[in-house]
Amino acid sequence: MVDVAAKLTQKDFATDQDVRWCPGCGDYSILANVQRVMPEFGIPRENFVFISGIGCSSRFPYYMNTYGMHTIHGRAPAFAAGVKASRPELSVWVVTGDGDGLSIGGNHLLHAIRRNIDIQILLFNNRVYGLTKGQYSPTSRTGMKTKSTPDGSIDYPVDPVKFALGASATFVARTVDVDAKHLQQTLRRAHEHNGTAFVEILQNCPVFNDNEWIELENKKTRSDATLVLEDGQPLVTGSKGQRRGIRIENGIPSVVELGDDEDPIAAGVAVHNERHDSPAYAFALASLERPNFPVPIGVFRSFERAAYDTMLTAQVTQAIERRGEGDLHALLHSGDTWTVE
Amino acid sequence: MPEKTTEELESVAIRFTGDSGDGMQLTGTKFTESTALAGNDLSTLPDYPAEIRAPAGTLAGVSGFQIHFSSKEISTPSDHPDVLVAFNPAALRANIDDLRPGGMVIVNTDAFNDKALARAGYDEDPLPALRDRVKLVEIPLTRLNREALNDLNLSYRDADRSKNFFALGIMFWLYHRSMDPTLRWLESRFKGDILEANVRVLKAGFAFAETTEMFPVSYVIPSAKIQPGIYRNITGNTALAWGIAAAGTLNDCPIFLGAYPITPASDILHELARYRNFGVKTFQAEDEIAAISAAIGASFAGMLGVTTTSGPGFVLKQEALGLAVMTELPLVVVDVQRGGPSTGMPTKIEQGDLLLALYGRNSDCPVAILAPSSPGDCFYTMIEAFALAVKYMTPVVVLSDGYLANSAEPWLIPDVASLPRNPVVHHTETAGFQPYNRNPETLARPWAVPGTKGLEHRIGGLAKDEKTGNVSYDPHNNERMIQLRAEKIARIANDIPPVEVNGEDQGGLLIVGWGGTHGAIFAAVKEARESGINVSSIHLRHLNPFPSNLFEVLSRFDQILVPELNQGQLSRLLRAEFLLPAQPMIKQQGQPFQVSEILERIRTMLREEK
Repeated sequence: MVDVAAKLTQKDFATDQDVRWCPGCGDYSILANVQRVMPEFGIPRENFVFISGIGCSSRFPYYMNTYGMHTIHGRAPAFAAGVKASRPELSVWVVTGDGDGLSIGGNHLLHAIRRNIDIQILLFNNRVYGLTKGQYSPTSRTGMKTKSTPDGSIDYPVDPVKFALGASATFVARTVDVDAKHLQQTLRRAHEHNGTAFVEILQNCPVFNDNEWIELENKKTRSDATLVLEDGQPLVTGSKGQRRGIRIENGIPSVVELGDDEDPIAAGVAVHNERHDSPAYAFALASLERPNFPVPIGVFRSFERAAYDTMLTAQVTQAIERRGEGDLHALLHSGDTWTVE
Repeated sequence: MPEKTTEELESVAIRFTGDSGDGMQLTGTKFTESTALAGNDLSTLPDYPAEIRAPAGTLAGVSGFQIHFSSKEISTPSDHPDVLVAFNPAALRANIDDLRPGGMVIVNTDAFNDKALARAGYDEDPLPALRDRVKLVEIPLTRLNREALNDLNLSYRDADRSKNFFALGIMFWLYHRSMDPTLRWLESRFKGDILEANVRVLKAGFAFAETTEMFPVSYVIPSAKIQPGIYRNITGNTALAWGIAAAGTLNDCPIFLGAYPITPASDILHELARYRNFGVKTFQAEDEIAAISAAIGASFAGMLGVTTTSGPGFVLKQEALGLAVMTELPLVVVDVQRGGPSTGMPTKIEQGDLLLALYGRNSDCPVAILAPSSPGDCFYTMIEAFALAVKYMTPVVVLSDGYLANSAEPWLIPDVASLPRNPVVHHTETAGFQPYNRNPETLARPWAVPGTKGLEHRIGGLAKDEKTGNVSYDPHNNERMIQLRAEKIARIANDIPPVEVNGEDQGGLLIVGWGGTHGAIFAAVKEARESGINVSSIHLRHLNPFPSNLFEVLSRFDQILVPELNQGQLSRLLRAEFLLPAQPMIKQQGQPFQVSEILERIRTMLREEK
């Protein structure tokens, strides 16, 4: 099986359907990179299932030549839970957006993550409703002017990474639509993780919220605007002459200006650790925002904890070991019965 | 010991009533178990408040359990109890009007103090006036119960908790029931002082009844002459849960239940959660929507997906149910209907969701609908629901109700070998595979599941091409697909037995019922016919599609009466479908039909005709 799968290529994961996102949409890059890494996993194509809700990003399964289900608004994590809980051997991926996942589907996202079902959740965050043509979303910045907020949004946004950390996610990462190398590496890490792997993908909507992430996408600015998280490495970013580190004291992050050759650890810069027992450190990282801080990308937190589907299957196995396989006749005759002659 | 006599009765109905914390449901259930073992036919009706502990001593907090048992076949819990056991003044006040004239009332006199009387809304002690009207048996239950336990180291509070078992002991003696099933249950459930206390008061109650002059007569109800076989007692919810487990075995395909707790459907989840060794996976979801979504996901993955709920939850599931119709996946949705609308009366009885099941989704979105007609029938209905869901690749809705869910009846245990086996075979043929290529006979599409090489495909809620299932906005294709899905449901009629008429197959009046009202309708028609009235009845277990001979049967009668626990939903359907003058008989009081109500309506209709 693995041999056959190993021969698969990016092309094998493309369908015959025309991809119908707007020209310049960040989704194209994400699709191409997902299709590119799939063959590396050594999993037969028929064992992948892509499940989405409603929205631009949720058209994704139609373009993946695997099993797939385009479900209803916000509920993809619940459908995925049913697939994975009943067939743990399948590789189940949820594709959702900021509106689908955090507005109408916030409840399901929370509970899928908290149960630690072994699925990958890719949340494309473009901070706007695209398919319904441009209303503000739950991740839109306060003050954003849209068709439904002509005087500016008065909602405070939710941050997807903080949301996932708050739900006790065992794997939380962030990456950028057009940063192919980083995106692929993040997908690999998500796939390797046993349990819910939550990945926020910063994605551009060229029609309704163009350039929302431009600083992080542009090759010239991104090395200063982002902080690439690497386990065991100090939190250092910036090009020559702009080198900075992040110090975290009592959960409060601050910027440390660094000389080009300065030892960051000696300067009190924090060393990234994905496996802190407490989510507080990852939460502090998640609070780093433009313009005062670089935006962290990479794996915020990753730790092991038994997955829901594994434990459910184990309960079935143990029940059969303890009581024997279910016997319908014995069930119907259990407890008090009587005979009428 | 005083001289005691024994009297033989054909049937008796007893209602146990008290505060919702007095253990009336348990008392009734234990009495029912012994009655079942005594070989009587029986029917029960639990009636309890939605609040777990409503204010003590108030009318709102009264909980009741009625059991009707007989040496003849019976089909209802009886309109009027012959015996009322009242643990407090509120219980007496809430139930006394239902008592058969001249019936027996057993009260706990210790509970009839000024404070309790006031709380129940009595200006004066009702017992003196009652002595002339009924056979009043006044027992100081609380005191006798405490005395039976006075050498155990129990607080009054703890001791008083067992007084329902003292009363149960009395009733066991009075009706010649065996204490053994209850004693066995106590031993399996409790230990130490609590076990000792309950066993002791049960026996003390029995001995008290045997020796006291209050009960000069005890009653024998001979066992009923019913179909030979091995019987058990069963409630609708248990039968329904077992039907689901059985469907997994019979279809050789694991069950996946997605459910969210809701009264009165939660017991199905509780029951199935115990059968992991049947390969049953239960998933308590975060809400009703997630529950059905997970079940659909499991169906997509090749399991038998099922979700169980009640009215308000069924409303929430409609969008996902529409997706299951669109993706043409097998799915069973159980709605244990309850009093509504909105939150309504969660523990009460209604049949208000028929039109919701039929029309609750956007656009034209048909599903198959079945309704069990008795607690035991819930078992067979679930087996049939899964068989149809798989054969036709469609969601099937099962409309149970709060009456069926909690009522008990003796159930002839079926021979497992006689149950229909339909092992699921998922589609594996790659040649010519199209996700929506239909079986020409059933119009079902192939059930191709993840993990099957060469059959990778995508499904979803967008309009889809008639063969490939790819997204299609072609106008004619869309209309064809809507009609194909409707035609597929219509063809289920080929798998449904014709409806059978109870009584003459033509005549002046036909009673048409569906679901949980079968017992009351059947009893009323039987009584009417025995008194010389020419009336027939049919009972629908299949609400969509209808049995294929339904129009023909209906058109052979001059008048059609449709008793329903709603505002006339089935009668409206029959009129719309067949242009026949079906008359509704409506009741929406959270209670089942009384036999006398239907009988009276039959008499009125036939009188008016003359």
